[in-house]
Amino acid sequence: MNFSYPNLGPVTPEIFMTALALILLITDLFAKKKGLLAALSIIGVTGVALSMIGSSGTTFGGMFISDGYSSFFKLIFLITVVLAVLISVKYISIEKVNFGEYYSLILLSTLGMMIMASAADLIVLYLGLELMALSTYILAGFIRHDIKSNEAALKYFLLGAFSSAFLLFGISLIYGLTGTTDIYAIASHISEKGLSGNPALSLSMTFFAVAFGFKIAAAPFHMWAPDTYEGAPTSITAFMSVGPKAAGFAVLGRVFMIAFASIKIEWAMVLIPLSILSMGIGNIVALAQTNIKRMLAYSSIAHAGYALLGIIVANNEGLASMMTYLMIYAFMNMGAFAVVIMLRTEGFKGDNITDYEGLSKTHPFLAALMLIFMFSLTGIPPTAGFIGKLYVFMSAINAGYTWLVLVAVVFSVISAYFYLRIIMYMYMKEPKVEVATSQSGTLVAALGVTTVAVLVIGVFPSFLVKLAKAALSGF
Amino acid sequence: MEQVIMNNLGYPILSTVIFLPVIGALVLTLIRRSNETLVKWTALFFAVLTFLLSLPLFINFDKTTYKMQFVERHDWIPSWNIQYFLGIDGISIFLVLLTTISSILCILISWHSIKIKVKEFYISILLTCGAITGVFSSLDLFLFYIFWEAMLIPMYLIIGVWGGPNRIYATIKFILYTLVGSVLMLVGIIYLYFFAGRTFDILELTANTYPYKMQLWLFWAFFSAFAVKVPMFPVHTWLPDAHTEAPTAGSVILAAILIKMGAYGFLRFSIPLFPEATKAMVPVMLTLSVIAIIYAGLVCLVQTDLKRLIAYSSVSHMGFITLGIFALNSQGVEGGILQMINHGIVTGALFMCVGVIYDRTHTRKIADYGGLATAMPIYASFFMVFTLAAVGLPGTNGFIGEFLTLLGGFTANKLAGVLASFGVIIGAGYMLWLYQKVFFMKINEKVIGLPDMDLREMVAIAPLIIFVLWIGIYPVQFLDFMHPTVEHLLERVNVAGTHEINIAKAIAEVIR
Repeated sequence: MNFSYPNLGPVTPEIFMTALALILLITDLFAKKKGLLAALSIIGVTGVALSMIGSSGTTFGGMFISDGYSSFFKLIFLITVVLAVLISVKYISIEKVNFGEYYSLILLSTLGMMIMASAADLIVLYLGLELMALSTYILAGFIRHDIKSNEAALKYFLLGAFSSAFLLFGISLIYGLTGTTDIYAIASHISEKGLSGNPALSLSMTFFAVAFGFKIAAAPFHMWAPDTYEGAPTSITAFMSVGPKAAGFAVLGRVFMIAFASIKIEWAMVLIPLSILSMGIGNIVALAQTNIKRMLAYSSIAHAGYALLGIIVANNEGLASMMTYLMIYAFMNMGAFAVVIMLRTEGFKGDNITDYEGLSKTHPFLAALMLIFMFSLTGIPPTAGFIGKLYVFMSAINAGYTWLVLVAVVFSVISAYFYLRIIMYMYMKEPKVEVATSQSGTLVAALGVTTVAVLVIGVFPSFLVKLAKAALSGF
Repeated sequence: MEQVIMNNLGYPILSTVIFLPVIGALVLTLIRRSNETLVKWTALFFAVLTFLLSLPLFINFDKTTYKMQFVERHDWIPSWNIQYFLGIDGISIFLVLLTTISSILCILISWHSIKIKVKEFYISILLTCGAITGVFSSLDLFLFYIFWEAMLIPMYLIIGVWGGPNRIYATIKFILYTLVGSVLMLVGIIYLYFFAGRTFDILELTANTYPYKMQLWLFWAFFSAFAVKVPMFPVHTWLPDAHTEAPTAGSVILAAILIKMGAYGFLRFSIPLFPEATKAMVPVMLTLSVIAIIYAGLVCLVQTDLKRLIAYSSVSHMGFITLGIFALNSQGVEGGILQMINHGIVTGALFMCVGVIYDRTHTRKIADYGGLATAMPIYASFFMVFTLAAVGLPGTNGFIGEFLTLLGGFTANKLAGVLASFGVIIGAGYMLWLYQKVFFMKINEKVIGLPDMDLREMVAIAPLIIFVLWIGIYPVQFLDFMHPTVEHLLERVNVAGTHEINIAKAIAEVIR
């Protein structure tokens, strides 16, 4: 029997990423200064990003696909991980967890997401998802001496494991029905065998929705998010609120749009309540938060609800809007978390909303940046957040979901209250305690990149929209 | 036939007028915080420069055409067919000029009264004025919406940071009310965009006709945004709070230009886009206008706070404007537009006058004043002119505006005209009563020895007196600008088929 080597072209970025994570693990043994690892990861990730050029194609017998869709998501992941590393450098030394494994784990988690985005087979999807999840569980509990961080990891792990079980159940059902785990083959099997009315198929689809709902933190599968986001190291919270969420959307989009293409109406009926509940619970519960990390956790639940609209629309325009939304969300949310991290100094947690009182007086520039991120999260022009929401709403209205958009805009007004409350504390109250900030070059770089991105995308969104549309050609 | 007249002044005048204040704000960020004098002078420099550069709009305006003038048009977001499309016509020209003038006055009047975060204050003022100019000159719905919303950010800060004791409540109320209206309009805008074949071009959109039922829905979607801004009864309640708590400059921006955005929206969008729905809804609009005129007027009579009284009088005066606009005849609409400018000048001036006295006494209670005419005679004469203009004394601009809107209202609906006229009487009542209590009667010992207005304050307020008399005595010069545009607008309405003007039926139609 002839053994032929699979074409490794499409997996080049993943191979590079694996190598990078392993190199970091080894370098850690010799490196005295952990800052070197951060520099190495950023350079390495840039290399990974470059290796994505011309890596399109399928390989491993069609189990792995590298197309525009996956590349766009990989771009989101890589941007997220670079920003996460930038905001981590100073922070993890303040938290006294400056260990080299941190960087390897965060890269391995990203590797998992990249595999998810490229999975053309449910088994590969599961592999990627577990790689991502396991690395993130450890990272969530990275502050070993902090009980809250432990709680965060444990909760995340338990509920994550629970959701993995749902995913496996869903996969086994679909395998039982169609005899394949290939996402593209499933679709043709369903139509050939006329399975679209089969209750087992609907059940399987529902399990997928539940499993992915956990990953994107959509209500009612959001229970883990607030506690995990609050307890985890802030840099990891930032990373988790963007990366794994985007990865969840990547697989949700591919599995539902391709494997379950024939039961679009059914899964829209499942996703619409998820979306409304996420927007509702996320925005309303966020009103009552006093801890900014918890508030941003609920806000991320709400944003999952908005991005879900793009999937519910079930056409390429919807997917493009969802992808644009996630890219924009990555920048504005990482930016907001960068500000939160800046307030964390030795002996001062700085994650209470009241800690922001009078920030405009003590740190006017930082306050101005936070103002931009908060308005962007609210979705007020000329910031990128508006473009993201507008595009999602546009695709939904074009598909006839005007009523759903009406619901979304009403919740979006509610969200204005808690985002603007931060601005109110910063600008309209007097400082009670002298808040210091942790100055570091990398943090400033992260803030610079995110601010410029939020404003430039807000005014000139054309290139991003084009990129998202181009990514979907042939999807 | 070319629908627009391109800008041929040699420089993009409208972009300049919009973005020069923004550049000014950026320059301000570079100035050291401690150097407050430089901050103020730089802000003033940019405001004056913007004003001077906006004057060619007035001088070179072609009064013979309804077409959009000084047009600038570039592709902006081609994937969504969005253009950077600016232009003005007879409706917007004066609003743009009013904005550029107001920004100068706002800076002058805040010179000494703003003491904290001085730099941020002038940045916010410049940004607000730039964005509002953008609202009045955008001819692309998307661009319009960007400016419409962007204006909220600095305004939120102006009220919330430099306002009175209850400022946080007021500013959040302002923002939430406005946002609810705006997002509903956004849904309407997107719907319209797809229906019209993916275009945000206002001229193209207004040339189309839409099914009656859709018009009704969209009319109300846009109404929610504009009515909150105007503000019309019953969504006016944010205005008294915002006005009362805002710093003087904030009140002036609110009164002079911000609330004009709502009335402008009716003229630019609601009427030409949805003419049939507008016609069907005229009775509702007239009713709401008349309620605003009379109800807000009566509320004025029981106010104990100077700024709150003027704020409610704004609601009442804006009622005249919407009455004129929805009368849908040339007197009414032209009167409405003129009254928008008049109200901007007069109410803006009244708020500035209140600011002048508030800087000295730090109280807004009417009861704390009395006999002020003895202590501050110059101030008293200034205030008198604006009081009379607000009352609508012949010879002042207020008379022309109110007369035309009432004439229009009377032609459209006799009952509405008659009822609105009562509003004029109530208006005379509360304004003269206010003047009497503050400036005459027994001299309150608190006001003894107050210094009269200084030169800076007079320079800030005097130009407005010129306009009060200029428009009051020779309004034709201003109305000339509007004739072709208004006629074109009304033609659009009159050509549109008339639907059953029965509210119950209309509502039943929508439900069905």
